Amino acid sequence: MLRIALSRLGTAVPSLVGVVIVTFLLTRVLPGDTASYFAGPVASPEAIAQIKAQLGLDQTLPVQFGRYVSDLARGDLGTSLGTGQPVLREIATRLPASAELTLCGLLLAVLVAVPMGILAALRQGSWVDHLCRVLTTAGVSLPVFFTGLLAVYVFYFLLGWAPSPLGRLDAFSSAPPAVTNFYLIDSLLAGDSETFLAALSQLALPALTLALFALAPLARITRASMLAALDSDFIRTARASGLAGRTVVVTYAFRNAMLPVVTTLGMVFSFLLGANVLVEKVFAWPGIGSYAVEALIASDFAPVQGFVLTMAILYIALNLAIDLLYGLIDPRAKAG
Amino acid sequence: MTDMPAEAFPLPRPSATGNLLRHARHVLAGNPVTAFSFLLLLFLVGCALLGPSLVPYDPQASNSMRALQPPSAQHLFGTDQLGRDILSRVVAATRLDLGIAFFSVALVFAVGGLAGVAAGFFGGWTDRIVGRLADTIMAFPLFVLAMGVVAALGNTVTNIVLATAIVNFPLYARIARGEALVRREAGYVQAARLCGNGEMRILLTTILPNILPIMAVQMSLTMGYAILNAAGLSFIGLGVRPPTPEWGIMVAEGASFIVSGEWWVALFPGLALMLAVFCFNLLGDGLRDIVDPQRRT
Repeated sequence: MLRIALSRLGTAVPSLVGVVIVTFLLTRVLPGDTASYFAGPVASPEAIAQIKAQLGLDQTLPVQFGRYVSDLARGDLGTSLGTGQPVLREIATRLPASAELTLCGLLLAVLVAVPMGILAALRQGSWVDHLCRVLTTAGVSLPVFFTGLLAVYVFYFLLGWAPSPLGRLDAFSSAPPAVTNFYLIDSLLAGDSETFLAALSQLALPALTLALFALAPLARITRASMLAALDSDFIRTARASGLAGRTVVVTYAFRNAMLPVVTTLGMVFSFLLGANVLVEKVFAWPGIGSYAVEALIASDFAPVQGFVLTMAILYIALNLAIDLLYGLIDPRAKAG
Repeated sequence: MTDMPAEAFPLPRPSATGNLLRHARHVLAGNPVTAFSFLLLLFLVGCALLGPSLVPYDPQASNSMRALQPPSAQHLFGTDQLGRDILSRVVAATRLDLGIAFFSVALVFAVGGLAGVAAGFFGGWTDRIVGRLADTIMAFPLFVLAMGVVAALGNTVTNIVLATAIVNFPLYARIARGEALVRREAGYVQAARLCGNGEMRILLTTILPNILPIMAVQMSLTMGYAILNAAGLSFIGLGVRPPTPEWGIMVAEGASFIVSGEWWVALFPGLALMLAVFCFNLLGDGLRDIVDPQRRT
């Protein structure tokens, strides 16, 4: 198992190199003079030249790249112009908020999409099948920021069930003692049910919005691959051998149908990480997405670069995890 | 077909365009959903082409006396915070939203399609370079990469088009590569080779026309994603700038009024966005069923 994990890790290296090169290139094609931007509008030519030297912009591209990589290796992602804080620290403090939201959204989507896809495949033409079709069509057509706003209107303004869409906690609660920085887990660890409920009620709408978005491709692929599995010879054999319907569906069909679903999870993650940015903006969620959006509007490039890099590394790590999961589900993949 | 009795075709021999139209009608009649999406497409294209000259009010004209009015007979979709007519703005925005999506898809269709066909047909170094490029783009969450590209290249509509094209590149390159690979040794390609055609000529005149239908389906399927991507970018404040009417921006402007109950400011541009994406998804699915029935899920 360890050897397989290492070889999978090896396949992630080219992606990582590509990601570092692209994020480097993104800064270098920046139109306009970065140095004069840093120096401000009234800087003298000498001041600009000094800043240029300080930033290493007077060096050749390969030298600059070397510098960029060595900075990265030391965990230096630059400093935000807007806040004056190191980008790495800000991203590290904001990442748990984004991770909590994205993971809850994904979990919710999987918990709904997989059973629904299976039921839709088992009972073709039933109401579950129709519901599945409606949700998958709606889910891919709805802009995630629009669903989020609709949810706010219905559940906050009309029904009053949800708290105001402003961040991870309302003004009356204080953050639980930091252990994982996931408020749901931390408040449970501290035994503080009041904070847990407050955090949960803030999280519910954005997580639901993300889940609806991720639901569509997952339900669609679950239904399709479950149909394909149920139609195959080994299921016929299993049924002919007199195995119980439950065993046939769960042990035989489901396990085989899971493989394409796990592959699709990778793609869903790519979409979710992007959608996360939009949802964070709608719900004023203090994650790395809204950090990047604020920086983008202010043309503050270091945070954006750090954000793109962090997201790409996260995505590569997630794909790696999915690869390993695939190996666990399908023993045949281990050989390859 | 040639030895059919003449009575079977009492009509005069139809022209080529007549044939095409009849075939299209036959296909659409058998598939009402595709027919519906086709009508929707005609409506959207009509709005994009004629919309700005049909709308009841100037989409940019503000009128502070009539700010934030709910939908009424005068303003069917209500007015926004500056008193602009939302119906006029939603219709006028069609051209920009569809335009951005269309040009980005056309660009990636040309560049990604050609790169993919070349990779599949020639193999070797071409294949490795195109493959590596596609893999690198795929290593990023796509919307995040689009944000980074727009941030780096500058905050303009052209760069939104470019960024949307870049994130779609791997998809087009892969599909074109796969289709070209399958056809590389096909009988008709060998025949063309045997007739003394050069490799480049075979690529452009034999392989490319054969994979065009599949690529066209892909175009329709990615139009929806391109619209969402571009609207998402302008929702977070990239690309299109106010007061230009654009659906993403209009939803963003309406976002601050949702919490105080003025739902119409964000709802109508959002619905328009949804309708456009829905239309292209349905159309793409329908076209795929016609062109490539085996891929149906």
